[in-house]
Amino acid sequence: MSIGQYVKHQQLGLSDERVIQMYTSMLLARKFDERSLLLQRSGKIAFHVSGVGQEAAQAGAAYALDAEKDYFLPYYRDYAFVLSVGMTMKELMLSVFAKAEDPNSGGRQMPGHFGHRKHRIVTGSSPVTTQVPHAVGIALAAKMKGDELVSFVTFGEGSSNQGDFHEGCNFAGVHKLPVILMCENNRYAISVPHHKQVAGNIADRAIGYGFPGVKVDGNDPLEVYRVVKEARERALRGEGPTLIEADLYRVPPHSTSDNDLLYRTKEEVEENRAKDGLPKFRQYLIDCGIWSEEKDQELLTAIQQEINEATAYADAAPYPTGEDTLKHVYAEA
Amino acid sequence: MAVITYLEAIRSAMQDEMQRDENVFVLGEDVGKGGVLNATKGLRDLYGESRVLDTPLAESAIVGTAIGAAMYGMKPIAEIQFADFIFPATNQIISEAAKIRYRSNNDWSCPIVIRAPYGAAGGGAIYHSQCPESVFFGTPGLKMVAPSNPYDAKGLLLAAIRDPDPVLYFEHKKCYLSLSAEVPEGDYIVPIGKAEVKREGTDLTVIAYGIAVHYALQAAEELAKEGISAHVLDLRTIQPLDVEAILEAAAKTGKVLIAHEDNKTGGIGAEVAAIVAEELLYDLDAPIRRLCGPDAPAVGMNPPMEKFFLLNTDKLADAMRELAQF
Repeated sequence: MSIGQYVKHQQLGLSDERVIQMYTSMLLARKFDERSLLLQRSGKIAFHVSGVGQEAAQAGAAYALDAEKDYFLPYYRDYAFVLSVGMTMKELMLSVFAKAEDPNSGGRQMPGHFGHRKHRIVTGSSPVTTQVPHAVGIALAAKMKGDELVSFVTFGEGSSNQGDFHEGCNFAGVHKLPVILMCENNRYAISVPHHKQVAGNIADRAIGYGFPGVKVDGNDPLEVYRVVKEARERALRGEGPTLIEADLYRVPPHSTSDNDLLYRTKEEVEENRAKDGLPKFRQYLIDCGIWSEEKDQELLTAIQQEINEATAYADAAPYPTGEDTLKHVYAEA
Repeated sequence: MAVITYLEAIRSAMQDEMQRDENVFVLGEDVGKGGVLNATKGLRDLYGESRVLDTPLAESAIVGTAIGAAMYGMKPIAEIQFADFIFPATNQIISEAAKIRYRSNNDWSCPIVIRAPYGAAGGGAIYHSQCPESVFFGTPGLKMVAPSNPYDAKGLLLAAIRDPDPVLYFEHKKCYLSLSAEVPEGDYIVPIGKAEVKREGTDLTVIAYGIAVHYALQAAEELAKEGISAHVLDLRTIQPLDVEAILEAAAKTGKVLIAHEDNKTGGIGAEVAAIVAEELLYDLDAPIRRLCGPDAPAVGMNPPMEKFFLLNTDKLADAMRELAQF
């Protein structure tokens, strides 16, 4: 790169420090994911559902949003996203160990069911896409109140077939609401491939709702950042929602309970693993002259330590009591 | 105190609370023009179209967006045009609204009201007459109310709007214009979770909700002339049930008839009977009886089938007399 030439992140208005933070969030999520798989395989935790291969899109989107104002409705693979908007490693670990102190659910929900009111991460469930109308309702309320913010919601391409996706998009389009809908199209809904889920593009559906739909390379965090940032600016100008389809690939099986070689080949997985956005982004930072192998090693060491500490803490933390089952069905009088 | 209809009582609760609290708003199909049943008539003129919001025709979005708005701090009142059309929103009600507080360990909450006009009012046939309460009954996290008269209609709706948890508000369409009563103009609530004794009696107890209470009271009046004294309990809230009031009413006479328009199998009456049986079986002087809609989908369009399906004062009087004479 020639001296004096603006590099892509600077053109997008991202400082060197911010892109390094973005990369750190992606790496943190990847390492959390790898540790969670080990914990599950060694019998320490019951279940893990992976976000490997989707960190670039998640972090790219998160850094384009306002972590102090916006409302977030992530889906179950969004570890890099929640880590980027305020959730800590310790909190994620408390969640996978299902401990009382887990801020997501107090150990009530499966891992990946995020919620953290302090950070405006809205509680989610397992029936997919129910969060889309919630995001629309939050945007409606913010608009009624005259508050300058957006709601941001994610889901998979399989989930995009649910009626709640359609009902939510249509409502948001009619009322021109400040909501950003991002489909993380990872090509598989458990075992069913993209071509058996949808006959066209997810992004193209936006036309029918009267707002823009954008397809973006989900392995490129800066491209995702760019489109989410534009969508946010549109929303704040009162121009309504944007649908974003981030193209990526689910590298691991659906969850720790799935054998993906029953429905896809190792060759296909390896071909897509080679497109992984994480090492490419590291190389980009190195090429920009703001990162190095040494710094990367230091970061990895620091992350390993953070994960070790979080794991030890969560492992030792107490479970809720059995009787806690009866708490919070309704507001306490 | 003015004498107003059940429907006006519902409207007046919404109007008063929208005046008092700017976070309260109504959303649903056709609510802007006043709703197809006139419950929101005139509200748009008072509070504007953003607070009396016409939504696209999509029930899951009506409830789902209400849930989102509630999590932001609003107090939405979602109108389902007819309770028969609530089922597309069932996932949002049961999987989402009912579990938001619980699944987030009390971090988030969902203070929404869902108004569901239910029951047969004549000529509504299968899909404009249903009583869907048993579908939602037994879902922890939901509250369900079903007022039987104008005073309770206003007081329970005000309580529902102020409640910190989701409330399904079942308003019986046949009560809308047929029932009028004195209703205070000012602020009052009917507490959620409290049943009310509508008539004191000694020979048998009728436990009912909604329009069945009205029939039971009329029948009790007739039976009094025959020397039969009926005790009538109006559940008012159908979830959580007022167990104490149910047991007290059952113990009063030792003979219990439970009446509701919803189908018999799996209805609220089944749970009320189980509560009485669990606690008071040996104090009873007769088997527990239920008088409910038959286990057919709903009323037919034609008058004979409609009449066959529905409760009325005569059916109540017959069942009450038979139980009193057991």
